[in-house]
Amino acid sequence: MVTPHDAGLAVLELKGIGKEFGAIRALHGVDLRISPGEVVGLMGDNGAGKSTLVKIIAGNFPPSHGEMRFDGEPVHFARPIDARAVGIEVVYQDLALADNLTAAANVFLGRELKRKLGPFALLDHKAMAARALELFGELRSETRPHDLVKQMSGGQRQAVAIARTRLSNAKLVMMDEPTAAISVRQVEQVLSLIHRLKEQGVAVMLISHRMPDVFAVCDRVVVMRRGEKRADKAISDTSPEEVTSLITGAKEAA
Amino acid sequence: MATPLDSPISFTNVGKARWWQTGFFASQTGYVLLALLVLFVVMNFASPYFLTEGNIQNVAKNFSFIAIATLGVTFVIITGGIDLSVGSVMCFSAMITSMVMTQISTPGMPGADWFVHLGPDGKTAVANLPGLILLVSILAGLGVALIVGLINGFCIAVLGLSPFVTTLGMLSIVRGLGYVVSNGRGSFPSGPEASYFYTLTSGVVFGMPAPFIYLVVLAVAMAVVLHHTGFGRHVFAIGGNEKAAALTGIPVVRVKIEIYVICALAAGLQGIIICGWLGSAPANMATSYELNVIAAAVIGGANLAGGAGGPLGAIVGCVLLEVIRNGLVLAQVNSYWQQTLVGVIIIAAVLVDRLRSRMA
Repeated sequence: MVTPHDAGLAVLELKGIGKEFGAIRALHGVDLRISPGEVVGLMGDNGAGKSTLVKIIAGNFPPSHGEMRFDGEPVHFARPIDARAVGIEVVYQDLALADNLTAAANVFLGRELKRKLGPFALLDHKAMAARALELFGELRSETRPHDLVKQMSGGQRQAVAIARTRLSNAKLVMMDEPTAAISVRQVEQVLSLIHRLKEQGVAVMLISHRMPDVFAVCDRVVVMRRGEKRADKAISDTSPEEVTSLITGAKEAA
Repeated sequence: MATPLDSPISFTNVGKARWWQTGFFASQTGYVLLALLVLFVVMNFASPYFLTEGNIQNVAKNFSFIAIATLGVTFVIITGGIDLSVGSVMCFSAMITSMVMTQISTPGMPGADWFVHLGPDGKTAVANLPGLILLVSILAGLGVALIVGLINGFCIAVLGLSPFVTTLGMLSIVRGLGYVVSNGRGSFPSGPEASYFYTLTSGVVFGMPAPFIYLVVLAVAMAVVLHHTGFGRHVFAIGGNEKAAALTGIPVVRVKIEIYVICALAAGLQGIIICGWLGSAPANMATSYELNVIAAAVIGGANLAGGAGGPLGAIVGCVLLEVIRNGLVLAQVNSYWQQTLVGVIIIAAVLVDRLRSRMA
């Protein structure tokens, strides 16, 4: 069990991160540390700055202020692909899937497996389908690699999006509302997947509105309100009631 | 890294789609091909001339004259874009090819002494390698198409202009340039190598028109590229969800520029072939062909919203348009009905696909 703020390198370290969009201050002075194998819940009401923070870490846009270190090295991401290159994977809320392609094609989108045929590199359909089936098996999702995503249920789509993060040896996986649109049984599967990531030393950042999920899997909860970090507590030191009052502002900070 | 499975994956809740519900058989291309086969049978009974060798060769030649450009436009349509400039590019490339060939084959013209000299008998003779004039003039025609494609791609992918507006502007610009360079007069390929040019563009090989062979080769290449390379996968992904494509690290800008270049090159090649068949490149050549080309692509199953389409569909669409045109002539129907019928078929083809996806 890794406790927060203890010895060892943080996988991700944010110092004084701020972001302005014109006159709007979306984030202000956010400090955050995540250690390997740690699961951190990021909570807050709509407009609290969660998505902005996630997008900064994922490389969608740079912060206006502050410093970001990954594995101890200062990092500046110009594009999402830069963040992925160092080992940050994101499961987006709208899942970022291409409906007209198969499940396997979506899992491998942007990093297709190829085989050489003379001077040409052709897609290795067989290997991609086999690996995708393996990943869906790990996720206990009844998803066929050759089925088109547009014919799939919400849970299957989620599985495809999560399977994508398992392709590389990611060090930090951020999940934006992964349990918002899926069935009860599949919520269990997603949470057990988070446990499995943790066992392998992968840090997970779970952005969720669902209190039970956060308390089920997270080591630590971070509460955002009005663009600032209001609390950063170990799960064992807090309660759903306290987190709720922090989110709504009934309690200013903890 | 992979966790061993506690139990093998089972599919108790997820049925497997039957073969006729997936892939080619469930696609618009599939229905339209079926409709085309029915049309062939009907035409065979309606007119004894339809299935004669001469007529079939004629049909094959005629549809090949728009089909190569349709392959290119299909690439663009799959990404959710459109290219309205293909008709103008066909004309401009044809014109540049024939003008360059004439220029460098005429002794005394600037640059021509690299290629030809006057023989002792007063005739023009090839100075260098045979075929060089042909090669240079065709490359010149394709070169201008390449430039048009690059400009289209740059405006759309880098500057973020709408494909419709950009290529509508380019339609006018390129057509205008065609009139400027030719002064409104048509030009025709001439010189010692013009005969090679005519053989390559309107000759017959193994009983098949040469353009038809080029078409088949290019269509097969396109099928391989679309379904078996990373580039093809990215083309489909951009058409399906451009934002997702960008988030997963696909070089969206580069792929988009590439497809507009491919489209313009296909149109340029098509124009050069048409020029060989006509024997000249008139300044009003291929006017409004972009509409036929886009119609053929759409009938064949390319989705203007992006994400669907392929070479077979492009060819099937072109064949259908040509068979209808040919059929109406053979059936002695007033040829003015042709356009009306083509319009009805465009809507009907898309409507059938719509109804099917409702029912599924």
